[in-house]
Amino acid sequence: MKIFSDAARRLRLRKIKRRNRSLGGDIGLTLILLIFGMFSLFPLIYTVVNAFKPLSEVFIFPPRLKVDNPTLNNFKDLGGILEGFDIPFSRYIFNTAAITGFGTVGTVLFGSMAAFPLAKYKFPGSSVMGHIIVYALMFNGAVTAIPNYIIMSRLGMVDTYWAVILPAVGSTLGVYLLKNFMVQIPDSMLEAAKIDGAGEFQTYYKIVMPLCKPAWITLIILSFQQMWGTTGGIFIYSEELKPVSYVLAQLVSGGIARTGVSSAVALIMLVIPVAAFIISQSNVMETMATSGLKE
Amino acid sequence: MKNNRERQSFASIWQKHKAKYLMIMPFGIIFVLFTLLPVIASIFLSFTSFNMVSAPKFIGFQNYISLLVEDSVFLTAVKNTMIFALVTGPVSYIMCFIFAWLINELPRVPRAILTLVFYAPSISGNAYLVWQLIFSSDTYGWANAWLMKLGITRQAILWFQTEGYIMPILIIVQLWLSLGVSFLSFIAGLQTVDKSLYESAAVEGIKNRWQELWYITLPSMKPQLMFGAVMQITNSLSVSQISIDLVGFPSVNYAGHTILTHLYDYGNLRYELGYACTIAVVLFLIMVFCNIIVQKLLRRVG
Repeated sequence: MKIFSDAARRLRLRKIKRRNRSLGGDIGLTLILLIFGMFSLFPLIYTVVNAFKPLSEVFIFPPRLKVDNPTLNNFKDLGGILEGFDIPFSRYIFNTAAITGFGTVGTVLFGSMAAFPLAKYKFPGSSVMGHIIVYALMFNGAVTAIPNYIIMSRLGMVDTYWAVILPAVGSTLGVYLLKNFMVQIPDSMLEAAKIDGAGEFQTYYKIVMPLCKPAWITLIILSFQQMWGTTGGIFIYSEELKPVSYVLAQLVSGGIARTGVSSAVALIMLVIPVAAFIISQSNVMETMATSGLKE
Repeated sequence: MKNNRERQSFASIWQKHKAKYLMIMPFGIIFVLFTLLPVIASIFLSFTSFNMVSAPKFIGFQNYISLLVEDSVFLTAVKNTMIFALVTGPVSYIMCFIFAWLINELPRVPRAILTLVFYAPSISGNAYLVWQLIFSSDTYGWANAWLMKLGITRQAILWFQTEGYIMPILIIVQLWLSLGVSFLSFIAGLQTVDKSLYESAAVEGIKNRWQELWYITLPSMKPQLMFGAVMQITNSLSVSQISIDLVGFPSVNYAGHTILTHLYDYGNLRYELGYACTIAVVLFLIMVFCNIIVQKLLRRVG
């Protein structure tokens, strides 16, 4: 009997849920999604397809979204070019790994340590700091690059990994996202820890961090994406300290003759952050649910 | 006497909250040095003439006067940046929301796939360079090939060399790239809206999805809307790399010149750092101003 009433209730709920939906609206909106989905996807597919095109197929009129004789030649050519460099490619990979590794660990560790007290306690200065973090979301790295460069050179950090890592660690998006996530942790759990004699720091790493796993995984992904794309710019000029994306970007600017190779490069640059996002998608969505800016 | 009491209270505050301040400190130091100090330094240096070699020389408002009165390229940059921001800002913001809203009604698997489809361009590194092939100036580019095949044009168009096409193409590419963190934030926000609100609304006579959107969905996710606004405004005002990479620097007749590429010009190429900082300060003021206005508008939603 209960099962029946349950089913009936579910049916009624579905009816209510569907009440405000018209068929025409459904079709129209689905069409919009499909059209824009194609728009979003087309350049990406084109990038993937191009990476596997033999030279004979790159220059066909009109251009095509399929490849007749897929080849790995572009990747082999890329390998050939990289072998010709003075500096072994593994060195660039090491640089990227170091920058990404330190940058991500720094962002997550320092960000979460700062976010926790701001999210869960009231103390002199806490609300001011909370406001500063929100306003600083606007301090775009590109806008502050020049004074940052001046500060880096005063500190003797230009042309070191730190010149790229520290400004990234000092941006507030991470603290902001973590703080919003931590606000939801029930106070009772923190009270219980306090009664057990745990200080703020112990509470942070024994209780808060395990509970915030989705949030810091998200931050790892966002930070990884940012650090992966960095080319070092003016901050790192020694060739042997440059990251992978710098080298790959140099290859792409080699012009039309390198169309095949640069497509292979674009594919590599594209695949890694996308793969990272796919793996962590559910964690990311859980964190973003709390990303709102409260008035 | 009073002074003494105050000092005592400082000591007791420190005693009571020591752990909290110490936990904030590592981030705080890095933030102050590499985020806050650069902003303050920009403001200071914007009143000086400085080239990195000799000490900054105070010149009052001279940089601001030159920038606003004498530098006609800057005015072009401001015009382009404002067109950019006024088109890509609102459009990308609305796109982020509409796609998030439509995707949200889908079952789990298509939702995850479409989220990825829309989000992927924003994390695709330099994959936007593929637009160079799509708008290639020869007949091997998609745009030219199709226009000629359909008989709309008879000659290949020099997309990136023609003044009138540069902004529209940059806007298209920027929109393609713009479904980033705000988009994710919106999707996630939509999932947290209390479902029972929709049921009671249906009973109380909300007739279609548009009313539902305006009266329930939007007000319930105001925090995400605010956050998304900050991110989209900041991003649409700081376009530079795609302009430099796609249409070159300087672009034809400065048609793709933005405030940030102007900053890049004076900061990284000409080493007129005081002047570059003035540009940064002006851009920063524009950002803050836009944010304040948009936040005010958003408070009225629903």
